[in-house]
Amino acid sequence: MSNELQKFQDPGLPEHVHRKTDLDPKAADRAERQVAILFVLSAISTVVAIYSYIFIPDNQYFFLPVMGDTNAHQLLLGLGMAFALLFIGLGLVLWAKELMPDTEVIAERHEFRSPDEDRADFVRTVKEQASASGLGRRSLIKRTLGLALGISALTPLVLLRDLGPLPKKELEKTSWKKGTRLVTDPGNRPIRPEDLEIGAVAQVLPELVEGQERTLSDIGKDAVLLIRLRPSEFQLDAERLSWTHDGIIAFSKICSHMGCAVALYEQQTKHLLCPCHQSTFDVTRAAKVIFGPSARPLPQLAITVDADGYLVAQQPFTESVGPSYWERSS
Amino acid sequence: MSKVERIGGNVASYVDDRTGAAKWLRKNLTKVFPDHWSFMLGEIVLYSFIILLLSGTFLTFWFDPSQRDVIYQGSYEPLKNIEMSASYASTLHISFDVRGGLLMRQIHHWAALIFMAGMIAHLMRVFFTGAFRKPREANWLIGVGLVTLGIVEGFLGYSLPDDLLSGTGIRIAEAIIQALPVVGSYLAFFAFGGAFPGHVFIPRIFTVHVLLLPGIFLALITVHLMLVWYQKHTQYPGPGRTEKNVVGYPLMPIYMAKAGGFFFIVFGVTALLGAVASINPIWLYGPYNPGQISAGSQPDFYMGWLDGLVRMAPPIETHAFGHTISWNILIPGLIVPGILFTLMALYPFIESWMTGDKSEHHLLERPRNNPNRTAIGAMSLAFILVVLINGGNDIIATNFHLTINQIMWFTRIGVLVIPPLVFVITKRICLSLQRADREKVLHGRETGRLVMLPHGEFIEVHEELTPEQKFTLTQHPQPAALIVPTTDANGVLNPQGFKGRIRARFSQAHVEQIDAPTESEAKALGGGHH
Repeated sequence: MSNELQKFQDPGLPEHVHRKTDLDPKAADRAERQVAILFVLSAISTVVAIYSYIFIPDNQYFFLPVMGDTNAHQLLLGLGMAFALLFIGLGLVLWAKELMPDTEVIAERHEFRSPDEDRADFVRTVKEQASASGLGRRSLIKRTLGLALGISALTPLVLLRDLGPLPKKELEKTSWKKGTRLVTDPGNRPIRPEDLEIGAVAQVLPELVEGQERTLSDIGKDAVLLIRLRPSEFQLDAERLSWTHDGIIAFSKICSHMGCAVALYEQQTKHLLCPCHQSTFDVTRAAKVIFGPSARPLPQLAITVDADGYLVAQQPFTESVGPSYWERSS
Repeated sequence: MSKVERIGGNVASYVDDRTGAAKWLRKNLTKVFPDHWSFMLGEIVLYSFIILLLSGTFLTFWFDPSQRDVIYQGSYEPLKNIEMSASYASTLHISFDVRGGLLMRQIHHWAALIFMAGMIAHLMRVFFTGAFRKPREANWLIGVGLVTLGIVEGFLGYSLPDDLLSGTGIRIAEAIIQALPVVGSYLAFFAFGGAFPGHVFIPRIFTVHVLLLPGIFLALITVHLMLVWYQKHTQYPGPGRTEKNVVGYPLMPIYMAKAGGFFFIVFGVTALLGAVASINPIWLYGPYNPGQISAGSQPDFYMGWLDGLVRMAPPIETHAFGHTISWNILIPGLIVPGILFTLMALYPFIESWMTGDKSEHHLLERPRNNPNRTAIGAMSLAFILVVLINGGNDIIATNFHLTINQIMWFTRIGVLVIPPLVFVITKRICLSLQRADREKVLHGRETGRLVMLPHGEFIEVHEELTPEQKFTLTQHPQPAALIVPTTDANGVLNPQGFKGRIRARFSQAHVEQIDAPTESEAKALGGGHH
């Protein structure tokens, strides 16, 4: 305890220092005028904002350094509003700081813990109530109540069932079938191998059957990227090589990590890069993952040409496209 | 009697006639609030929440939360006649054909960023000063809840316009849901009403964004503020300030004027940003299409660390018994953030377990005076910053002429190495700062004035601190480490010995301090003069 006694003593709250505005009525009047000027500036800014809203056409642009081409209507409306608010705020703060009484006040704080007697009373009451409910003794009631409450939570869960259909086999399926033509996106034109030069990339979709409409959900599974290399550049096994046609190889464009569109192709390295999380796939080795968080290659679509010389799918995708999910088998 | 006084008196009587609350109201109108700039951080959050409610309501007057297909016919030429969702088209309409619409959109988005940044800054202030200690643990929990909901609310908000960037964000969210073991694909199909992206997701998250979450926010913020009010604000230590008092200014009029004025300043700054700083120019991205993407896809900053974690995850999936578990998604997307937020929520209880401290605290601590806590906070921040860097690895790579691989490997290793290093360094810095304080109290402040003594010696003049300064630098309590008995009174080994020893070890680390100088030490040195 001796150590405690030797601590530096609290000298107490320092004496209040009066502001100039407390001592000099002239300074106070000056502060009042400053506050008033700020409020007037705010009012003027509001007028600027309203004027801009009504009289400046919203398609008028002018050049400003740093900001570039700027919409005059939007800028002046915004600046008017901003300064109207700012000047009110600054005026209020200045008023408070310069003119309102600023003497520091000490308020007492009380420990939250109640006096021992009250506390004991309260604790006893809660104990009595707890035991009066009989929950401790009547375990049958306790258990059945638990059952009832627990099971009643199922109703709201069940009620949410109709939010959507069951996934069934939906995540495994795409619109690609044997013989489906590859068509350009956009444009929906069928493609011949000679339309693609070596090094070229094209996004394709399955050709629509008469009367069918393409939804975004279809694109989310069907999007395919075509890349043409020199056939000698592939390092594929015989099966995968047979899935290519004349140096043209097709991969699902939907990332096997989290489903973003894998759209960045580096022509020099022949790498496909997903802009979302930088998973990098080597096109020459059947989109093997060479960097980043994806754990699987992009699914390859087997392609060939039909009798009319257009590119078509040899068969549907042999695995699910897009991100993984529990029911996915490989 | 002035006119204002007369009216004020009449209002007071009128209210009391009808409520009988004179005593209670008088007490609360003169309630004392301590003053410090760092107490304004929470205010900024509150005010930006109000700005969000106001600007958000404005936006709902024109926004059409629907994924029905429309052909755009508005005044933005580059997208004319292009098929898009009604929500994207109506966001373009707000941006180009509603006067002040773009301004309000930008104010809303800037306010959301300020809301999140303010919450993080406020949380850091509360953490590093120990404001979360008893009796304020409940308010800490509410705060952690608000930050968590804020991340969700912000994500849903910027997802609503259904542009190419935000649609990509939803795609990633869907992949996380889909990756959940057993129930993933079911939950994803329920949330999206079928296969991604479907036609129902935007209207559904709209209701959550404008009704459900703001309602929860309002309730939580109300309780948060009521607790601040009831428990009275904490204050920084200093002369005249004790655990048993509050030193500050009365609510009326000065605090009200300052706080009210500050609301207008925050609103004004947000409006200024909305006027001059373009944010989320959705018209440049185009409508969402799952087959397209733009390079440099980035979420808002408060999601960036999550994105960085996902980017750095090692490519691991388990395939067994016909099922797949995507560790590369589950670990960074759910498990690590879950652990982080749980530890953050539990921190007040963890610290009180380590210190055995069950007493009330109303005086804040300077971060240096609690080195272990400050080091834990700095370590956590370092972790978040390293993963945040990786969240922007593509942008950093292009701007600093690095490769993504370099940044990815730097952060993959850095995320394991840097936080512990930061812990050690921060703790040492805190202890050094305590030494510097001790030096200052005992030997005075270095004035930088050199004096040549008559016999030719040069000395630097040290100026003795004022009693107020000395008290402020030495008042902090320095608790001793917990002594956990390993044997009971009869010498029998305590069955909880192992747990006890761990606790004692933590406690020891937590109380590591430099002894605060005492008056007797100062006297022994000759009153602090040189």
